[in-house]
Formats: sequence, structure tokens, C-alpha cells
Amino acid sequence: MQLDLARIQFAFTTINHFFFVPVTIGLAFLTALLQTAWHRSGRDEYLRLTRFFGTLLVINIAIGVVTGLVQEFEFGMNWGAWSRLVGNIFGAPLAMEGLAAFFLESTFLGLWLFGWGRLPRRVHLLTIWAVSAGSLLSAAFILAANSWMQHPVGYTMVNGKPVLNDIWAVFTNPVFVWGYAKVVLASLTTGAVVMLAVSAWQLRHGGDRGVFTRSARLALVVLVPAILFTMLVGDELGVIEARYQPMKIAAAEAQWTTCQPCSFSLFQIGGGNNDQTPTQIIAIPHLLSLLATNSWNGKVVGMTPLQQQYSKQYGPGNYVPNVFIQYWGMRVMAYLAVLVLLIGLWGLWLVRRRAVATSRVFLWVAVWGAVLPFLMNTAGWFLTESGRQPWIVQGIMLTKNGISPTVSVTWLWTSLIGFILLYGTLGTVDLLLMLRYSRKQLPAPRAGADVDTPLPAVQY
Amino acid sequence: MGNLIPFWFIVIAVLWTGFFVLEGFDFGVGMLHGAVGQDDAGRRAAINTIGPLWDGNEVWLIVAGAAMFAAFPGWYATMFSGLYLALALLLASLIIRGVAFEYRGKHDAARWRHTWDGLLTAGSLLAPLLIGVGLGDLLHGLPIDSSQNYTGSFWDLLQPYGLFTGVTLVLVCALHGATYLCLKTTGTMRESSWLLARRVAPAAGAFVIGFIIWTHVTAGRGFFLNLIELLAILAVLAAGWLVYEHRDGFAFAATTVTIASCIVSIFVDLYPNVMVSSTSPAYNLTVHNTASAPYSLKAMTVVVIIFLPLVLAYQAWTYYVFRRRVSRDQFVQGPPPTVPPQAAGPPSPVPGAPEPTVTPPGRSPA
Ligand code: HDD
Ligand code: HEM
Ligand code: HEM
Repeated sequence: MQLDLARIQFAFTTINHFFFVPVTIGLAFLTALLQTAWHRSGRDEYLRLTRFFGTLLVINIAIGVVTGLVQEFEFGMNWGAWSRLVGNIFGAPLAMEGLAAFFLESTFLGLWLFGWGRLPRRVHLLTIWAVSAGSLLSAAFILAANSWMQHPVGYTMVNGKPVLNDIWAVFTNPVFVWGYAKVVLASLTTGAVVMLAVSAWQLRHGGDRGVFTRSARLALVVLVPAILFTMLVGDELGVIEARYQPMKIAAAEAQWTTCQPCSFSLFQIGGGNNDQTPTQIIAIPHLLSLLATNSWNGKVVGMTPLQQQYSKQYGPGNYVPNVFIQYWGMRVMAYLAVLVLLIGLWGLWLVRRRAVATSRVFLWVAVWGAVLPFLMNTAGWFLTESGRQPWIVQGIMLTKNGISPTVSVTWLWTSLIGFILLYGTLGTVDLLLMLRYSRKQLPAPRAGADVDTPLPAVQY
Repeated sequence: MGNLIPFWFIVIAVLWTGFFVLEGFDFGVGMLHGAVGQDDAGRRAAINTIGPLWDGNEVWLIVAGAAMFAAFPGWYATMFSGLYLALALLLASLIIRGVAFEYRGKHDAARWRHTWDGLLTAGSLLAPLLIGVGLGDLLHGLPIDSSQNYTGSFWDLLQPYGLFTGVTLVLVCALHGATYLCLKTTGTMRESSWLLARRVAPAAGAFVIGFIIWTHVTAGRGFFLNLIELLAILAVLAAGWLVYEHRDGFAFAATTVTIASCIVSIFVDLYPNVMVSSTSPAYNLTVHNTASAPYSLKAMTVVVIIFLPLVLAYQAWTYYVFRRRVSRDQFVQGPPPTVPPQAAGPPSPVPGAPEPTVTPPGRSPA
């Protein structure tokens, strides 16, 4: 019970945190691009867009920050035994994240937000880039920590305890390098989709065409390469996974027996941990081999032999993760990715024909497309985290041994319900504010004569 | 390289101190903004004195926690799992407070603002109280068993000494916030901040003196106060006097020293323990039995030596950029624009100002 509650709580709070994180990373970068465009061209449209999307960014960061705070404390609160065991390794990137990234991000966000007109323009432009750099750095450190849990490196075992002996290895962990690329690209995708959706909404509802066509175009130009590379990197991550966490990739294809070459099923009916012979619909030959090994005839070891191997290696136990989550986590990501790519290509084609602002069907699709990256992100994390089960640190500690031994079920229920109520309320308020704000008119253009007067700072 | 364990204890004490010195006045402003700003414009002005700063200040807490995790995993694990419900409440108050800053101005309705103002005040008051209870517990002692696990209930966390520490911190933060507001506001707001500071000062003084003596006795460190403890008492007395003399700059400096020396006292009196066990002194958590591996400490040392000065530099620069006083007049609402901003003509009092309901058109403070 304690274990389940702690897991549910962690899953609930991180998933929430990760709704906001990719928007921050993506939108900070895009806002910096907009402001740079203004700086270079002096065109008023870009200034108005910078301030418009900058405000959305700020509303979003507020929640990203407070949900992140919860994550930081939760390690010690719910996973005490695990913290004790891995603190000397996992804690290091976490502390570096605070020192090198969070300070940078939050301090410069304040400077950017309140610095309009107070800082010289060039310096003010640098502050938004510092915010973007801070958010990218923070993702780097936290992912280095998370990747160590997927594939522990740079340590020796001393009295049954992993002890760090090579910090460099933690930051060159292949799981980290590729995972980081994936998250950055996925975040750019997310930011671009959000920007596109807001612009599309505005274009549909009489927002300023000259202005929002520009932001739609920028979003599309970023979106298409971002989603393409996300997919390519995702493919490479499959290979990495097959190498270091073969159980995960086998579960993602519901592959119980070893195969060579292996096909990839588009859909299946049934499946899950108790159904080893689901009905597979449309199996594409060789695709799983390609995905998992980068070669046409690659071999993928099935879950049954892996289970036998692990039982021998680590003692009796169940080493198979939740197959249903794995199978569909992978597919939600892949299928929706194709959908987003198609939307992006359609948009670019319309841009070329100078018809983005007028194609009402496209604009409608683009508005609703905003939901997709959030689904993909969540699916991807389910694949990553649930696929690590039953390990909290692959091969070193089982999740059930990681919890705080003396935290009672009552405490866990209290905090879980508290967080759900709090996040539920704040999430709703945030969404309503974002929607209301996205539908606002743009800030007014500045009359020619006034271009030299300083811009007022944004205020609370 | 020498032994890094004491060095890391100092780093953590410094991070907690930095947190309280900086976020301390944010908490104070949060508690007092309703009393200082009599109307919406005033409250807004009060909040905007910390607007660009509070988020960066809060990161000190995050880093303090993460540094404990990295340098003393045993301490982090026992403290955070032991103080479970207190920390859950702390998180709730910090969340509510953080969101209140952002949201109160985003919707133009008196009730909406009122609600967030109330939440901001409550969150700013609860946070130092809870942290104080927690820090007090470290020194006073909690039921901890031989495998470093907390064995008490929630109520065991609420000891008189811890509660006293919490109340002391709330009062010191309030005083610190009031002296900060004296420095950062103008006109009547400045006067009412000063009146508030005068009102809080005696209570803060009494509690600080009581807290220092109680801390000294709890730690059982002989008869004489150590230098830091003395400094705390002198600083709070000086702060009281300077407040009465209306020497705003010096008064703020004195409250800064007060809050810093209170926090440092706790850590000085704690060392080499990090958490006292009330079950048996043999089970005390110390810097040695909770410390991380030497290699990790070494790696972290390099990082902290590079980044902490850098952080201090750019945070100091931020304070320099936003050194001006904030005036209530900036926040008085102009007549609502009757023409939609897209229309021709002078659309709003300030060209280029964002949408009025999101951010009030006000004269640029620059
Ligand atoms: C816009 C978001 C997005 C898109 C379009 C995709 N993914 Fe993804 N994926 C993520 C967002 C994401 C993520 C949320 O960012 C994850 C979770 C953990 C991580 O490192 O990235 C992830 C993880 C992740 C992993 C797990 C890595 C691990 O276990 O460590 C694999 C194997 C894939 N992805 C594969 C794919 C494939 C084959 C895709 C399409 C062809 C794909 N992803 C598109
Ligand atoms: C990058 C830093 C992250 C770290 C260090 C981390 C760590 C953890 C830990 C300690 C647990 C609990 C133990 C366990 O169940 O194995 C967990 C579970 C989980 N996390 Fe993460 N997590 C991270 C990011 C994320 C993100 C961003 C998401 C989602 C958006 C996520 C989704 C989940 C889910 C769904 C579980 C529950 C899995 C299960 O119990 O089956 N994680 N993670
Ligand atoms: C589960 C582990 C995680 C922990 C402990 C954690 C911790 C935190 C904390 C404490 C903050 C607040 C920082 C501030 O006050 O400025 C934060 C924000 C942030 N985190 Fe996380 N985080 C986790 C997962 C992630 C993941 C997986 C990513 C990215 C891949 C990420 C990226 C960010 C970013 C970019 C911010 C900036 C604010 C925002 O996004 O709105 N975090 N996180």
C-alpha cells in the first residue's frame, strides 16, 4: 500500500510538472527568437508578439516552478531509503541543477519581465536568452540524474552501496545524451505546437492577421524539423534501450519470445501481462529489428528468456514491467508524431501558398492539435519510467525497497489527496487564465513618434 | 585536499542563511502587503517591490535541499521523511504563495484579488513558521532509531522549542520585510511601513533574545553565549533602535544581520550533529555518519566554487537594476480605454503597453 501510494504520488506530480516544463523550454526559446527578430528588424509586429507570448510563458513558468519544488522535496519525503542509497550520485546533478540552472533561469526571468525600458535593449535581449539557456540546462542536469537510474554508470559498489567514482561518466551516459536530445526536441515541438495553436485561434477569431501570420509561420518553421528529429532520435533511443534495458523494448512490442528478424505490430487486441498471445493486427516485417537494433535482421530477446535470466542473476521475482503501458506508450508517441508532422507539413504548404491565415480547416486542426504534444510527452515518460519497473535504479535497487520505511499510509493519503486537490484547482485556474489570455487582443502597436519612449515594465 | 565534510556543512548553513536573508523579506512583504497598501494600488506596489526578485530568492531553498541531498544523503532522507507532513504543508503554502504573485493581477475583479491577497498573506506566514519548526526540531531532537529512521508521529514534531523557533522566524521576517518596505516605497506607504516596523520590533526583539537563550540551553554549550549568538542579540537591539530613529538603510542592515545570525546560531550549535535523536544520543545523525562519498564531495566542491560566486554576482546586479523605490502612483488605474487597442488614435495612456487588464497602464517607472 505504501509503495503504491508513493508511486502514484510521484507519477501524478511529475506528470503534472512535465506538462509545464516542455512548454517553458520551447516557448522560452521561441520568445527569444521573436525578440531577436524585433531587435534585428525593428518591426513592431515582433515586439508585440514577444510581449504577447512572453506573458503566456510567464503564466506557465509560475506553475512549472511550484510543481518542480514539490519534486525536489518528494525524493526525501517518499523515497527515503533510495535517497540514502544513491544521494552521493543522484544528488550531485540535482544540486548542480539548482546552482547552475534554476538560479540563472529565475533571476533572469525577473530581469526580463521587469526590465523592459530599464535595461539597455541589447542587455534585455540577452536576459531572455539567459532564461532559455537556464531552462535547457536544468533539463540537462535532471535528465543526467534520471538516466543514471535507467543505466547506472561511473560508480563502484562498496558494501552493497553504489559510490560515485566518475562524474564525467554520468554526463556522457549514452542514455543521457540521447534522452536529452529527445527531450529538447520534444520540448521545441511542444512549444511550437502551442504557439501555432494560439496563433491559429487568433487568426480564426479576428486577431491581427499581419501579426499572427508571422508567429504561425515561425512556429511551423520550427515545428517541422523539430518533430522530424524527435522521431529520428526516438528511433535511436529504441536502440539504446535494447542495449541497456532490453526488457523495456521487449515489453514495448509485447514480445514474449525471442525473434529474429522481428516485426512491428500496428495494433493489437488483448495483450498485457497475462495474455501472451494477443491478436496482432498488421505486422510490419523487420520494423522492430530496425527500431531496436538499427539492422534489418536484428535480434530482439523476448521477455520470457529475459525473465529467466534476471531471476538467475538477481534472485527470484517478477522482472516484467506493465506490458500494456509499454506497448501503447510507444504507439501513442509514434502515431501522434506522424499526425503532428502531417499537420506541420500541411501548414508549411499553406505558408508557401500564402493561405495559412485563411484556411479555416487548417486553423481549426491547428487549434486542437495543441493537445497532442502533451499526450506524446506523457506517453513517452510512461514508457521510460514504467518500463524501468520493478527497479527504481536498474539492477541496483528495487522500487519496493526504495520507499521511506516509516512514512505511514495515513500521511501518504493525506499528502496525495492534498496534492490532487491543489493541482486540480491550480491546473484549472491556470488553464482558464491561459485560454483567456490567448484570446486577448494584442497589445497596441506603437505610434511612430513614440518608438523611442521606453516600454513600460510588466508588473504584477 | 583536506576533509570536505565540515566545508559542506558550512555550505549548507550558508545556503539556508542566504535563503532566509533574501526570502525573509519576501515573506515579510507577503505578510504585510495588506497592512501597508491600504488599497489595491498600494498592495500592488508592495508586491512589486519584490516582483522581480522573489523567484530567484526561493531558489536558495531548492539549492539548500539539493545540496543536503548530495552532500549528506542520510540527513536529507531522515529529515525529509521525518518532517513529512510539515513539509507537505510547507509545499502547499509555497505553491499557493508563488501562484498568488502571478495570478492576482491577471484578472480584474476585486474578489479575485482579495482571495489571492489573503492566500499570499497566509502562505507567507505559514512558510517561515513551518521551516522554523523543522529547524528547531533538528537541534531539539526527534525520536530517531538506530537505522536513522524517524519513529515518531506528526505531533512529535510540534515541540515547544520548535514552535518558538517558528514564531521567532515569522516575527523576524515581518520586521525584515517592514524595513525592506521602508527602503523600497514612497510617501504614505513608507510611513505606514515604518509604523509597522515600530510595532513589530519589540516583539521580534523579545522573541529573538528568548530564542537565542533557549537555543544555547538546548544545545548545552556551557554558560557563555558564543559570538554568533551575541551578535544576534545585539543586532536585533540595534534594529529596534534604528527603526525608532527612522534610519531606514541601517535598520535594514541590522535586520539582515539579525536574521542571518539567528540561522547561523542554529547550525553552529548543531555541529557536528545534524539531527539530534531524542531516543538515544548514540543514534544522533552527525556530519560524519550521514556524509556522501569523498569523491562526490570533491566534484560538488568544484561546482559550488565556480557557480556560487557567479550567482551572487548576477543576483547582486539584479538588486542594483531594481534599486529604485516603487510608488503607489504607478499602480493607480487610469480610465479604462474605451477604444479597442487595435483602433486608430492614441489607444492607451502608454503606447506599447500590454493589454490594460493584464497589466495596468501606468506611467513607466523608468
Ligand atoms: C513531442 C514529443 C515526442 C514525440 C513526437 C516522440 N517522443 Fe519518444 N519520448 C518523448 C517524447 C516524444 C519524451 C517525453 O520526451 C521521452 C520520455 C523520456 C525521454 O527521454 O523522452 C520519450 C522517450 C522515448 C523512448 C524511451 C527512452 C527511454 O526509455 O529511456 C523511446 C524508445 C521513444 N521515445 C521512441 C519514440 C519514437 C520511436 C517516436 C516516433 C517515431 C517518438 N518517440 C516520438
Ligand atoms: C527526470 C527526472 C525524473 C526522475 C529522477 C524520476 C524518478 C522517478 C521515481 C523515483 C519514481 C518512483 C519510483 C518508481 O516507480 O520507479 C518515478 C516513477 C514515475 N515517474 Fe519518474 N522521474 C523523472 C521524470 C519523470 C517525468 C517527467 C514523468 C512524466 C511526465 C515521469 C513519470 C513517472 C511515472 C508515470 C512513474 C510511475 C511509474 C510506475 O511506478 O510504474 N517521471 N520516477
Ligand atoms: C522528477 C524530477 C524533477 C525534479 C526534482 C525537478 C525539480 C524542479 C524544480 C525544483 C523546479 C523549480 C525551479 C525554479 O524555482 O526556478 C523545476 C522547474 C523546472 N524543471 Fe524540473 N524537475 C524534475 C523533472 C524535470 C524534468 C524531467 C525536466 C526536463 C526535462 C525538468 C525541467 C525543468 C525546467 C525547464 C524547469 C523551469 C521552470 C518551468 O519549467 O516552468 N524538470 N524543476
